[in-house]
Amino acid sequence: MTDVSQQIQPPLDPVEPAALTEKPRNQWLDVWDQFRSHKGAMAGLIFLIFITLFCAFGPLIWDVDPGKLDIRNKDVRPIYTVLWDGDAKVSWARPMGTDHLGRDIMANLMQGGRISLAVGWTAMVLAILIGTLVGVLAGYFRRLDWGLMRFTDLVLSLPILPLLLVMMLLFRDPLRAAFGPETGIFILIVTGIGITSWMQTARIVRGDVMALKEREFVLAARSIGTPPRRMITRHVLPNVLSPIMVSATLGLATAIITESALSFLGLGFPSDFPTWGKILFDSVDRMVAFPERVLWPGLAISLTVLAVNYIGDGLRDALDPRIRGM
Amino acid sequence: MKLKTALMGAVATVAVAQMAYADAHEGERGRDGEVKIIYWQAPSILNPYLSGGTKDIESASLMLEPLARYNASGELTPWLVDEVPTVSNGGVSEDLTSITWNITPGIVWSDGTPFTSADVKFTYEYCTDPESGCAQLTKFDGVTSVETPDDLTVVVNFGQPTPFPYGPFVGGESPILQAAQFADCMGAKAPECTDENFGPIGTGPFVVTEFRTNDVIQMVANENYRDPNKPAFASVTFKGGGDATAAGRAVMETGEFDYAWNLQLAPDVIAQMQEGGLGMPVAGFGPLVERIMLNNTNPDPSLSDEERSVIRPHPFLGDPAVYKAMSMAIDRPLLVEIGYGQAGKVTCNWVPAPAAVNSDTFTCDVQDIDGANAMLDEAGYLDTDGDGVRETPDGVPMSILYQTSTNAVRQDFQALIKEWWSMIGIETELRNIDASVFFGGDPGSPDTFQKFYADVEMYANTFNGTDPQTYLGNGLCDKAPSPATQWQGENISRFCMEEYDALHAQLTTTADADERASIARQLNDMMVENGGMIPLVHRGRLSAHANSLGGIDLNVWDSELWNIADWYRTGDNR
Repeated sequence: MTDVSQQIQPPLDPVEPAALTEKPRNQWLDVWDQFRSHKGAMAGLIFLIFITLFCAFGPLIWDVDPGKLDIRNKDVRPIYTVLWDGDAKVSWARPMGTDHLGRDIMANLMQGGRISLAVGWTAMVLAILIGTLVGVLAGYFRRLDWGLMRFTDLVLSLPILPLLLVMMLLFRDPLRAAFGPETGIFILIVTGIGITSWMQTARIVRGDVMALKEREFVLAARSIGTPPRRMITRHVLPNVLSPIMVSATLGLATAIITESALSFLGLGFPSDFPTWGKILFDSVDRMVAFPERVLWPGLAISLTVLAVNYIGDGLRDALDPRIRGM
Repeated sequence: MKLKTALMGAVATVAVAQMAYADAHEGERGRDGEVKIIYWQAPSILNPYLSGGTKDIESASLMLEPLARYNASGELTPWLVDEVPTVSNGGVSEDLTSITWNITPGIVWSDGTPFTSADVKFTYEYCTDPESGCAQLTKFDGVTSVETPDDLTVVVNFGQPTPFPYGPFVGGESPILQAAQFADCMGAKAPECTDENFGPIGTGPFVVTEFRTNDVIQMVANENYRDPNKPAFASVTFKGGGDATAAGRAVMETGEFDYAWNLQLAPDVIAQMQEGGLGMPVAGFGPLVERIMLNNTNPDPSLSDEERSVIRPHPFLGDPAVYKAMSMAIDRPLLVEIGYGQAGKVTCNWVPAPAAVNSDTFTCDVQDIDGANAMLDEAGYLDTDGDGVRETPDGVPMSILYQTSTNAVRQDFQALIKEWWSMIGIETELRNIDASVFFGGDPGSPDTFQKFYADVEMYANTFNGTDPQTYLGNGLCDKAPSPATQWQGENISRFCMEEYDALHAQLTTTADADERASIARQLNDMMVENGGMIPLVHRGRLSAHANSLGGIDLNVWDSELWNIADWYRTGDNR
């Protein structure tokens, strides 16, 4: 990937004269073509779709209650253990084994993935919304710039764990009363992660908006009297879409990791509510005897995050018209 | 005739062999070389009066000894005295205001000077000096004076009748210091006496040769120890630091050490270490009990701060049918197996130790889901709307919030108990709170165990020493935490019963040991029977020793090293 950000070019390539004779091609098809050429991004996309389907529809096929305790069948090893240890306690009914209380690990991975991915996506959307809003406002309106950016610095300096602890303390009971224990905590965690991870987006967007604001096409638009509201939605936002999408993918990864870290520390969801981070946390004590119990949730977290990072990378390339077609 | 002779010979041989075996650990002092002990918390001082830390108190117990101490079953045993004074042998006065100790003649300090009653009196003055900041000051609560009528007699006088006068000079936390050595270390100068605090002269089996703070202590056998054949070891290396896992491995897997203290590890982890084959774990049981506390007040979040977990009663937990059914639904042996292994026992009692106060009124080691369901049906708690959760006769769903601290074993217990309670139609919401917050006692936090903003909560509690009077006081009505007391108070379940308070008052004026134990058992039964708590597991302390080390008698009432003079090398397995 060549760094071409220094070159001054209009955001959209002027259409080649030869292309004028052909039917105009949807620019998203170009983006898709470029994206497809990025092998890592394609692999990441396929994995993300797979893991999403696994978590979303897996429980419909693998109809086992993840919270069901089955003490007689505790500590069952995954089925593949038979390959090197014929005496291992395995069962086809528990292909990925069970934990020390007899809970099915596969069902837990699916249920945990649902929560982890849902937290990741929702927190990411929240962070992107706040970040873009703050970034565009600060970049476009000079009067708001100083205040908003100092506010961003302030939030940036907040430590997330103590902040979440305080939020738990203040809002848990009202949220629990209003939405029930699980949804209440979900809202709390998503909000917590969302409002502590929008700052990078805001800074990047602000920089890009400030650069765009001085460009000729923006000047032209202003000279015909376009009001700021339309200026932002028509001219500025479409041109900062690329950094926003990239930081969105990174934000998804961060949110999943933060949720895992919170669960790992024993904060976050109630203990009978599996998430990938929580499964990992519960298994660490018996890591030596049962490595698969940390391996699978750990792999799920890291592969998802890696996949999303690659997708972001591919998207960045695909959305940048200067790279596209090179 | 020949046969008979042969048989007689065989019998004689066996007898001789057995005698030889029994005598294998008798012999001259220092015959077994070195013993290595590891404590994963490192001692920083060897003066128990300047430190409350178990590691410091137990390491000091190799040198310093009390007049009497508790043995492994929690019984008071004479140590530097002829017998334990009681009312019946005249050692304790009839009005319970004084106790007379008679020191065994002939005991000398490790420097060869005689041990006298003046040393005991000095120890009292040393600790109660207002400027000294003595860590064991509570041991001397209520003592007005210590008199020494002669060199071998000590009289401790109390300001008021004290039915349990065995606080001062009893147990590893209150040993005797040598007056000659510490004479210049009184009051504010106490912490400055580095040489004295790092190498106290004692009457115990060992003498310090080198003390490296927070690292290692080297000791050799005391040449002037009162039993000429003890200790069996010529020297001790006492290593501090590391963590419980490493300490367990060092004894059971690699054999670098002979004794490791307090291994707080999961049973399967211990079992794995034991496969190393060089050592074995030993468990000792104090009064530590993991229990579920039942909230006797209403924790409804819609109540105001002044009323929540203050006003009585709870919507349904106060009904005997409910808490008994909840207790019956629990499979305690399984909890023990999963959570504590050898370091746990099933208990139905609040005070399961010492043995004398362990009530045998209840049995609870068999899970009875059907019985619990029948009990709830009979009491009118039925699932009227078909959602799997019972409702009270008033229509309140039986849904409870179950909180505890964040800890792997406790979360496993929560998951299991939630499942069992769901089988009897009680819905449970789980919550786990960071231990530093839960036990932190901050009146501003809603999550402390004292505030008890939940229906039930699980934790473990215990008491020091063997006398449960103060601990049983945790069931008194006026000990309940409330906003008026800044949420301080030990009656966490807000249990309140006039009969209980009256019986406890009777305990505070009873001196006879048997009668005290009987009252303690009744108080325990009242608490459990009337919905104060559901006891789950009697938890012990687990230490490990090398297979080649003999004479270990794990003591949870006193220093674990209380009988190190009797330790010996078995000779095999090494």
